[in-house]
Amino acid sequence: MRVIRDRNIVSDPVTHLADDDAIPTEGAISVTLARFREELASLSTRSAKTGIRLDGDDNVREAADLIKAADFVAMEFPRYADGRCYSQARILRDQMGYTGELRAVGDVLRDQVFYLRRCGFDTLEIREDQRIEDALAALNDFTVTYQPAADVDQPLFRRS
Amino acid sequence: MYQYTEDDKRIVRERVHQFRDQVARRINGRLAEEHFRPLRLMNGLYLQRYAYMLRVAIPYGLLSSTQLRKLAYIARRYDRGYGHFTTRQNIQYNWPRLREVPDVLSDLADVEMHSIQTSGNCIRNISSDHFAGATADEIEDPRPWCEILRQWSTFHPEFAYLPRKFKIAVSGATTDRAAVPLHDIGLKLVRNDAGEVGFQVFVGGGMGRTPLIAPVIREFLPKEDVLTYCEAILRVYNLYGNRKNKFKARIKILVKSLGVEEMTRRVEGEWEKIRGTGLKLTQEEIDRVSGHFTPPAWDDSAATRDNAVQLAAENEAFGRWYRRNTHAHKVDGYRIVTISLKAADTPPGDATDEQMDLIADLADEFSFGRIRVTHEQNLVLAHVEGGRLFALWQQLDAAKLATPNVGTLTDMICCPGLDFCDLANAGSIGVAQAITEHFDDIDYLYDLGELKLKMSGCINACGHHHAGHIGILGINKAGEEYYQIMLGGSAADDASLGKWLGPAIEKSAVTGAIEKLLDTYVAERDEGERFLDTYRRIGPKPFKAAVYA
Ligand code: SF4
Repeated sequence: MRVIRDRNIVSDPVTHLADDDAIPTEGAISVTLARFREELASLSTRSAKTGIRLDGDDNVREAADLIKAADFVAMEFPRYADGRCYSQARILRDQMGYTGELRAVGDVLRDQVFYLRRCGFDTLEIREDQRIEDALAALNDFTVTYQPAADVDQPLFRRS
Repeated sequence: MYQYTEDDKRIVRERVHQFRDQVARRINGRLAEEHFRPLRLMNGLYLQRYAYMLRVAIPYGLLSSTQLRKLAYIARRYDRGYGHFTTRQNIQYNWPRLREVPDVLSDLADVEMHSIQTSGNCIRNISSDHFAGATADEIEDPRPWCEILRQWSTFHPEFAYLPRKFKIAVSGATTDRAAVPLHDIGLKLVRNDAGEVGFQVFVGGGMGRTPLIAPVIREFLPKEDVLTYCEAILRVYNLYGNRKNKFKARIKILVKSLGVEEMTRRVEGEWEKIRGTGLKLTQEEIDRVSGHFTPPAWDDSAATRDNAVQLAAENEAFGRWYRRNTHAHKVDGYRIVTISLKAADTPPGDATDEQMDLIADLADEFSFGRIRVTHEQNLVLAHVEGGRLFALWQQLDAAKLATPNVGTLTDMICCPGLDFCDLANAGSIGVAQAITEHFDDIDYLYDLGELKLKMSGCINACGHHHAGHIGILGINKAGEEYYQIMLGGSAADDASLGKWLGPAIEKSAVTGAIEKLLDTYVAERDEGERFLDTYRRIGPKPFKAAVYA
């Protein structure tokens, strides 16, 4: 699986497990917040990369301790129009000081990547039917931004 | 007015470039309509009943004459020679061709304009008082704040996919001309006991299916905190707003379901976490933006040449226009002029390319080259010398732009309805014209006094029918156009929502029903009482009896 990491296309496959999927011993996985909490003890014995997966219904602040125990955080976009995880991501980065991998999964399209990156997603799993090269190019659609966000901590009026 | 910096220009240029690429991909078939749709909507491009419709942002309703000339040019070059000014202080073109839309956007960028965020579930164009900077009741000019908010909301990365669209209004005067409590966020500049100026913050108002008047969630917000506070409100809304049912997705429903107290608690809690961040405004930035809104060079001696009152007494037609379409200015010797876009034979809010060109010229000649768009779908020249009003009036009159009906029954708000809109149940423009033709006796209209008639072609309420003294809503009953009447709404300081009068009536009966409402009012009114006040005093019964007799 190829993903956008920062401004590059890299291979970094992750299997996003449903709650009733068996946990494989090998390979990077993500599990839901509920399952991560439930199976924390056994998950922490895995040597392969193991992430916690949140969606818009989850409260990122309440998951703070679990996030510390995870190798990475994935946030799921069931539909691109469901924008809740943009706010979750900003809380995670700006307020909780999270500096690890934050991965956007699900309905992630070319036209969201610019915003996703600004909100702190460093890893983007582009929906399979989309050309990942196009999505990479879309990161450069704009070269000026007004707001502070996860990428720049000052608004345009305080930069110079 | 605000002049773009190099950064502002670049953002708008990059947007044009991005959209040109998207349109090219759509035309050569690489982008399906399904995927193109959200992209075009982010640029104000709707697919309507017969064609595309392009909505161009007019930030807080303010235009330079250069910009208005460009809007005229676009109407002529890419459309059918006219544009439609909307209740959001924007302009819509009804017949652009898809492949030319990137050129339209490029032409707009030349004059520092765009169509960014004029549709979609994002923060829309900020609206404001169309008399800003010109009235005596102003605490502070709201437009610098609108511009600060415009920049903050432009391509805000966190709020591009909200549960629903989001509208903000800012007003700086004691009289509310911006319908502040009928917005998702309403900001009203106020002075506190210590004499400082800040914002009173309203959250959760709106029209649409579930009209609500916004409660105040903060009585006084220091000015430098306006962006952090708005960001906190938006974040709470983005996280908790209803995403399952689009009819329950506006912030007003969230405020209603959480209750004002809980909503306030969440907003304040979020704000505590971010109020000290870099988003807090600096005095330097406030000064920079405010510096673009300095008052024009009024002539101190204007009052000595002001002969308008005298001429109004001598010339009946001018007198009518003077009394109806001009308004007191804060500087002696000046008046604020409203240009009525409600002539008898044109749809409310429409202007031809020639009219726009003329108005641009008149703005240069008479009003420092600036024009405002009102949410009542008229245009305003805010700073006209009293002594030059007669000359201005003559030119406006010759171009059918001096119908002396501002604030009267025929100065109605009306959405595009079936003539253009895909969602419409009713041909609201046709009904508006029937009403205007029927009530053509100007003395009768004056006798009726201030009357706000507002009409929408469907429940989405773009014509603000809930806020009309008389509101009319088009509905569809078994394939037929029917109309519901509501009474008692207001978008002014005495904001209220209208109430349904009774069952819907046929299209052909609308004009007659209005006549009966007016007859009832005339019979029942006390001296000097407006329609709205009479209705509030005597209640719906006599009106109902008259219409449904
Ligand atoms: S109120 Fe309805 S008919 Fe009128 S413009 Fe809005 S959506 Fe269209």
